[in-house]
Amino acid sequence: MKREIKKTRKKRLDRGIKARSDTIYVIASLRDIFYLIMPRFLPVLILILIPLFLGSYHKKVLIHACIYGLLALSWDFLASCGLFSLGQALFFGFGAYVSGTLNHYFHIPPSFTIPIATLGGGALCALLLAPVVRLRGVYFAMITLILPILLIKMIDTTGIFGGTHGISSLSAFPHEYIDTYLAIVSFLFILFLFRRVLNSDYGLVLMAIKDDDRAVMSGGINIYWRKIQAIFIAGSLGCFAGALITHHYQFLGISTFALDYSILPIAAVALGGQGTFAGAALGSMILVPLSESLRALGGLRIAIYCLILILSIISLPEGIFHFLSRKYHQFETIEEV
Amino acid sequence: MYTLIYGFINSIILALYAVGFSLTYGISGIANFAHGAFYILTGFVAWNLLNHAGLPYCVSAILAIIITAAFGFIYYWILILRIRGIALAELIVTFASGVAILEFLMWKGFYGIRYSLPLFLKGGVEFFGVGIDYQRLFVILTGILFVIALYLFVHHTKIGLAFRAMAQNERTALSVGIEYDWIGSLSLALGSALAAISAIVILPLGMMESTIGIEVLIYALAVSIIGGLESTFGMIAGSFIIGFGQVLAARYIGPKWMIIVPLSAIILVLAIRPSGIFGKTKELEERV
Repeated sequence: MKREIKKTRKKRLDRGIKARSDTIYVIASLRDIFYLIMPRFLPVLILILIPLFLGSYHKKVLIHACIYGLLALSWDFLASCGLFSLGQALFFGFGAYVSGTLNHYFHIPPSFTIPIATLGGGALCALLLAPVVRLRGVYFAMITLILPILLIKMIDTTGIFGGTHGISSLSAFPHEYIDTYLAIVSFLFILFLFRRVLNSDYGLVLMAIKDDDRAVMSGGINIYWRKIQAIFIAGSLGCFAGALITHHYQFLGISTFALDYSILPIAAVALGGQGTFAGAALGSMILVPLSESLRALGGLRIAIYCLILILSIISLPEGIFHFLSRKYHQFETIEEV
Repeated sequence: MYTLIYGFINSIILALYAVGFSLTYGISGIANFAHGAFYILTGFVAWNLLNHAGLPYCVSAILAIIITAAFGFIYYWILILRIRGIALAELIVTFASGVAILEFLMWKGFYGIRYSLPLFLKGGVEFFGVGIDYQRLFVILTGILFVIALYLFVHHTKIGLAFRAMAQNERTALSVGIEYDWIGSLSLALGSALAAISAIVILPLGMMESTIGIEVLIYALAVSIIGGLESTFGMIAGSFIIGFGQVLAARYIGPKWMIIVPLSAIILVLAIRPSGIFGKTKELEERV
């Protein structure tokens, strides 16, 4: 008797539009152009148009999503050169405190404090973390985890910069659309900028540092200096997010160093997929509205992010974005073997 | 004299915080960022066994230690095993699970004055004119016992020797029949058990709160950063530096400056010797 075992497998074929590499395409028709442009153009269009239709509460959620998105992008940028930070809150808090104190004590308007906080805060972060770039992996993570928490305690106990109560009534943006669009546009700009940078020679070096730093060293490149630059870039981005949210809420407090700002960006990247920035952006756009809808649960919210984080790392290690892009770029058929 | 004695006690407490973390990392290379959560979880379990299950104190304490160790063991097989070797994923998963446990306990309302473990023995002794309660003597005793027991354990038992083999070279250890995952899970269980014992000894000194979990993790990390993670001696030295520094700062500058000590110590150490005071310079670039 013949035993029949039906075996199937998935057959994956790239769409014909791709020629040899990930970035070179053969375009033969208008349909191909749309196929390529739509996944980039549609999200941008939606993000730019959506604030016009939203109420003020949902606009705040959107701003939050963009802010967390910026932090997630900054995390992803650091991770792509092998520096795993557990403390995006450090960058965020630095930005918030630089801009907030400048505004409160020296009455500088937001149009100056935000750029100053972005660059100055980034420089401060780079300076603070410069000795640590020699250490890799767990050590860098440990230090970035510990610094914001110690800074919270320091501000809490010594009472500098408003102490536990924080500083309120900072200058606001002149119009509510300005902060919304500032957040959205900078988020989109940074997303596409980082994608471009990582494909350039500069980004190539950064990724090489992650893969094999000895090899990069033997190529005559000062990896520590590159890492410091990467921290400066990522730090500036985090500081920008912090400065923006400080002026948005017109309030500065130790909550800017809170664990939320460290955990959620990492969760967003883990959910979306690491290494492409689009994954980080997608992850934060999913997680932040989700977390807003979970707000009723109070403190359990962070526990739920953590569970999402763990589950997504264990069950879908590549992340949603990689999964979707594979589905989009490849035909998948099931055939018998 | 006061400074000397309380500095000593404080240092021992810090060393107890760090010992489990440092041991697990030293053996299996897992930086268990859920260490603080395990610590406070023990307190929670012990409290529940004591007050809800109505067990006597010593039984519930021992049970809590066993439960935490088993939890660490299972934690390895369920979570860590799937991501073993991917440094980033290990980091994120341990950290996230630690925060999840802490936030869950916080959500359950696990803070406030009624959550405290009773002292083992009430009262105290006078020592060179400084009063010490028995509980703090227990802490010192546990600290010293830990050092001796760990030394004997890793040098004179079969599992201890396997631990050391694993720490020195994983592949060679594998080739002589020491199973990787088995030792890894045992090391995590041992680290959790050490955290649990420290929790049982130290927690009666104050209230229990889930935020203590983060504090324990911070101090464990601070001690390891300052002393150098590889060396046990460095860990002890790191805890003595922070411990005495804190007591001195509290006495001569003011209690609110206590937190500045670990922060400035970390920054100083990082600026001068990024691998920690007793970390070997050779290993500077190996510190993955």
